[in-house]
Amino acid sequence: MKAINIIPLFVIIPLAAAFLTSLVGRLIRRSSEVIIFITSLALLGSSLYARVLLNSVPGKILVYKIGGWMPPFGICMVMDGLSSFMLVTVNLIAFFVAVYSLSYMNQYTDKPKFFTLFSLMVCGMNGVIITGDLFNLYVFLEIASIASYALVAFGTEAEELEASFKYAIMGSVASAFIFIGIAFLYSFTSTLNMADMARILAYKQNAWVIPFVGVLFLMGFGLKSALVPFHAWLPDAHPSAPASISAMLSGVLIKTLGVYALIRVFFNIIGSTHGYLTVLMFLGVISMLVAVVLALSQWDLKRLLAYHSISQIGYVVLGIGLGTPLGVLGGLFHLFNHSVFKSLLFLNSGSVDYAAGTRDLKETGGLGKLMPVTAKTNLVASMAIAGIPPFNGFFSKAIIIIACLQKGFTGYAICAVIGSILTLASFMKVQKFVFLGEIKDKLKNIKEVPFAMLFSVVCLAIICVLGGLMLLPSLRFFLDDAVSVVLKGTSYAGVVLEAASRQ
Amino acid sequence: MRQIEAFEGTHEIASGASRPRNDIYMIDNPKTGMTLIVKTITRLTVGLIMLFGIYIILHGHLSPGGGFAGGVIVALSFVHLMLAFGKDVAAARISKNMASNLESIGAMMFLFVALLGFLGGSFFLNVLNKGNPFNLFSAGTILLSNISIGIKVGVGLFAIFLALVILEKSSKKEL
Repeated sequence: MKAINIIPLFVIIPLAAAFLTSLVGRLIRRSSEVIIFITSLALLGSSLYARVLLNSVPGKILVYKIGGWMPPFGICMVMDGLSSFMLVTVNLIAFFVAVYSLSYMNQYTDKPKFFTLFSLMVCGMNGVIITGDLFNLYVFLEIASIASYALVAFGTEAEELEASFKYAIMGSVASAFIFIGIAFLYSFTSTLNMADMARILAYKQNAWVIPFVGVLFLMGFGLKSALVPFHAWLPDAHPSAPASISAMLSGVLIKTLGVYALIRVFFNIIGSTHGYLTVLMFLGVISMLVAVVLALSQWDLKRLLAYHSISQIGYVVLGIGLGTPLGVLGGLFHLFNHSVFKSLLFLNSGSVDYAAGTRDLKETGGLGKLMPVTAKTNLVASMAIAGIPPFNGFFSKAIIIIACLQKGFTGYAICAVIGSILTLASFMKVQKFVFLGEIKDKLKNIKEVPFAMLFSVVCLAIICVLGGLMLLPSLRFFLDDAVSVVLKGTSYAGVVLEAASRQ
Repeated sequence: MRQIEAFEGTHEIASGASRPRNDIYMIDNPKTGMTLIVKTITRLTVGLIMLFGIYIILHGHLSPGGGFAGGVIVALSFVHLMLAFGKDVAAARISKNMASNLESIGAMMFLFVALLGFLGGSFFLNVLNKGNPFNLFSAGTILLSNISIGIKVGVGLFAIFLALVILEKSSKKEL
């Protein structure tokens, strides 16, 4: 088989895993766990291999024609620097979350069903990232969303069902906006292929459709990525899910369905204008500040983390909205870093819940002595999210702040610093109330969590510590290729169509 | 431990294990289902509806319709049965577990048909002989795809309806 055949595997493997687990999971004990471990490892391996493969291709772009149909007539899958960057992020987190779930999900019944939904969610996210067709993107977006609605309700208690219902309603509204936007673009350009659409939009300018569709997409993808005016569902939905799913939702789902799709549509299809960038930056700064202030007053550990997700997405969107090479680099680097440390924090909150049976900050305390590994990894992640120097969060936040200053947005830079300080404050609160202080009597007998859970959190903590090394010149290609795709803007069309005719 | 319990208590209803499997007894029982008129008409039409669904699935590559539309019609024939005779009659024919397994099998079949394309070098490539246009056995893998989608959609929709009926019952019992 040719090496390019690796591209559809990102959809095939999780889809096969999903239906295989639901078929044999009930018949053979523990088979679903084996399947999920192997497939998530295979996905991680193939995403890393695909990244290496991309370096050997001229133009650093691979276009896979499904069924041998030339774009724009058939659906194509496009793997460029940005897709590859996102694929590595998603599959890295998905692998560690899957390993964590092997032990963590023991407290729930019906593990096979959980792994089916988990695989479908990964399939949807990989599909959104890899596809080169706008309607195909919508279909995969719905696969990932619907799987996540079900996963949020997985505990099936009243609170979880309510959160899931709220999430489903808001998610459906977002999907409807996106769908209407796609319909308008289709009627205007008569094509659904993203590259072809960008090509046609480039010479059919000054139409009323473009700003209208821009607003629809901004609302749709804004809801999916929970930017501040659209954030109401997230603080309910993310804490209600099982901890491993919260890690997936906060870590990668809102970034893939929200930020990545936003970048693709605004930078590569419609073309970024000054107006869009201003709106993005403004939304980013608002999210950054409002969410972190709301987070300060939370006493539920997971709810606090959920508010921080909104705030950190604000940093990502601010960086990308700057539109300068340095700003986009900072934004994308922060996207990767946030996936790592936020999934680590959510997994740790799950460990606390697993061991102590509560995640209320007022009821815990002194767990640092009983759960040393969890406490230390949580310290690493807290320092990383607050932007303390040796950890990865420092570098990305520093780049975003410098990029703001470079473009003359001193006020935004100050806001970013304030947001960071408030983040540090709220994570000091977490450390104090969960891991330091006196042990409560009823928590005296708890033990450290099982090995599979520790393995995941320790690996993620190591990535947090070493994440800054990605800025070294020999490893910079991982980020630089992604940044160059964003900055290329609508010339994406020519690149993809040329590569499709060549490969 | 936090998973749904409501579903567990209804296994025997869904699988029909603890109920008499004698359909005639259940069909002629005036206490379940709708009136005799509805039952008689249903008995006459339900086979035709299902046959029509299968026709739509098999002719998906020749005429309007296809796996999804045909699958919906097949599912509707079972829903029709359930509405007219009460849920036990239809549930005795397809249990919840069987529905869920068939659904997975349908999805796996579709993926398998798509993977067949790798024989010719590309995902989803139509590798089989295309045949003559407008013949039933033509268009290569499209017929196979339609059949697998038909299974998936038909059983999936029926399973959704079954789940709604079962859960509605159990919530009433609690009240």
